[in-house]
Amino acid sequence: MAGSAQNTAVPVGAEAKPAPPRSRLGRRRPGAFLDLSVQVGVVLALCLAWEAGARLGAINPFLLPPLTDVLARIGEDAASGAVFVDLGLTLYRALLGFFIAAVIGIPVGILMSRVAVVRWFFDPLLSVGFPMPKVAFLPIFILWFDIYDTSKVIMVAFSCFFPIAAATYAGTTGLDKWPIWSARSFGAKEVEILWEVNLPMALPQILTGLQVALPVGMITTVVTEMLMGGRGIGGSMIMAGRFADSVGVFAGIVEIVALGFLVVKSLELLRARLLAWHPETRR
Amino acid sequence: MSAAGAQGRAAPAVPGSPRLFGILDAALRYSPLLVLVAIWEGLGLSGLVSRQMLPDLGTILSEFWRMLVGGDLLYNTARSLSRSFSGLALAILVGLAAGLAMATARPARLLINPVVQIFYPMPKSALIPVVMIWLGLGDASKVLLIFLGCLLPVVVGAYNGARGVNPFLIWSARSLGAGRFEVLREVIVPAAMPEILNGCRTALAFSFILMVSSEFLIASDGVGYMISSLGDGGIYPAMFAVIFFVAAIGFAADRIYTAIMRRQLRWRNA
Repeated sequence: MAGSAQNTAVPVGAEAKPAPPRSRLGRRRPGAFLDLSVQVGVVLALCLAWEAGARLGAINPFLLPPLTDVLARIGEDAASGAVFVDLGLTLYRALLGFFIAAVIGIPVGILMSRVAVVRWFFDPLLSVGFPMPKVAFLPIFILWFDIYDTSKVIMVAFSCFFPIAAATYAGTTGLDKWPIWSARSFGAKEVEILWEVNLPMALPQILTGLQVALPVGMITTVVTEMLMGGRGIGGSMIMAGRFADSVGVFAGIVEIVALGFLVVKSLELLRARLLAWHPETRR
Repeated sequence: MSAAGAQGRAAPAVPGSPRLFGILDAALRYSPLLVLVAIWEGLGLSGLVSRQMLPDLGTILSEFWRMLVGGDLLYNTARSLSRSFSGLALAILVGLAAGLAMATARPARLLINPVVQIFYPMPKSALIPVVMIWLGLGDASKVLLIFLGCLLPVVVGAYNGARGVNPFLIWSARSLGAGRFEVLREVIVPAAMPEILNGCRTALAFSFILMVSSEFLIASDGVGYMISSLGDGGIYPAMFAVIFFVAAIGFAADRIYTAIMRRQLRWRNA
């Protein structure tokens, strides 16, 4: 369990590389179960400290309302359905924007590695667009597409596009030539080579790009909701903040932690599934 | 990170070629941006889109110049950058210490790892109302937000980097009589440097995102506040000017950072 716990701590970019030599700490020890239980214990202890600190007056309950109050609020909101509307809308906007970015970004990345004109056009746009803070463009999208879902989804798609296209481009260029030559000498057509050889070889990096983009999309979704108001977890949280309803704010935090965890872990599972054949999974 | 790879490929082919060619090369490379400018102006002139939504670039530039000379823009940029860099610097200090401690000491790992696991996937912008409740609308709330948002990429970068160090290097240093701290300073940190620097690069990008979005929502100065108040006032050419300026700063910060990073890692490729 220690091994897998460490694998999940990772993120971004680290997976695509060959497994680093295992250090003393990375080895599966017989104490793995102990490790896990200690870590669960730490989480429980933190929750307990939160509750006790707020109840016993060590912490101002306005700054950190007791955990049980927060959970009770989530329970109430779940009973009235508000939680599911908020989380559902946030998830819908984040995933739709992410999906649009993937549908555009992956083909653009592939075309960049194969067609010189596309590469000429998009290469500078990616290298300028990749590092800039995309969220600054939000007011432009509000101006162009009004304050409803369209502008939110377009904003999310815009911020997810760059990491996805850049990772796909990097993944599909500079591939090992031997598998491609072998496929060609077996008489595979170019389209078949693309689907059967190039894409599977580039898949780890494309997935890494998606794994970078998804959290960015979630951050952006929450900001757009906070700025434009309305339903959605971001909108509810900023309203709670403005009305100094700290229980509401922390209920939102607990909900968004759960949602973020769910979404990011699902993508990790999908990666393991899609790369079941790849050496990285069999480590 | 991939964009940086693309960058390296486009460097002048002949080493030591005259500077002029470098400039020409860059001009040619960035020519597609001119295509976008042409499309922008064409759409505006054609009358298909109102000038309100797509102000002409001349007006945007003159607004930019007016704000630059007036000192407005520089003042707000300085405010924003001071917030984002203080948050980032704190995050790097604390994150590096936490990540290295996690990689080298088991108790630290058991204590810190669950917290990292839980908070890593959380969209950090959700903390905006929390820091607002904790610290109000002043500078401290934004610095705290940027600190919290940038912390985890640094921790994870340092942890993964330090954990991936070839154990033979550590054993050799140990057997040559190096103490725990010396091993950390002389072996682990240099070997983990690429991943540490990558984590800090992610954190740099996050610091800009969080700086701008928190200033949209809770601030009374800074570039984000400037953008949103110009937008609310309907002064769109100026709003576009500030947005493009912020994008340019973010881009420049990343370029400067990667240049430093390449310098720092030069010894590895030698």
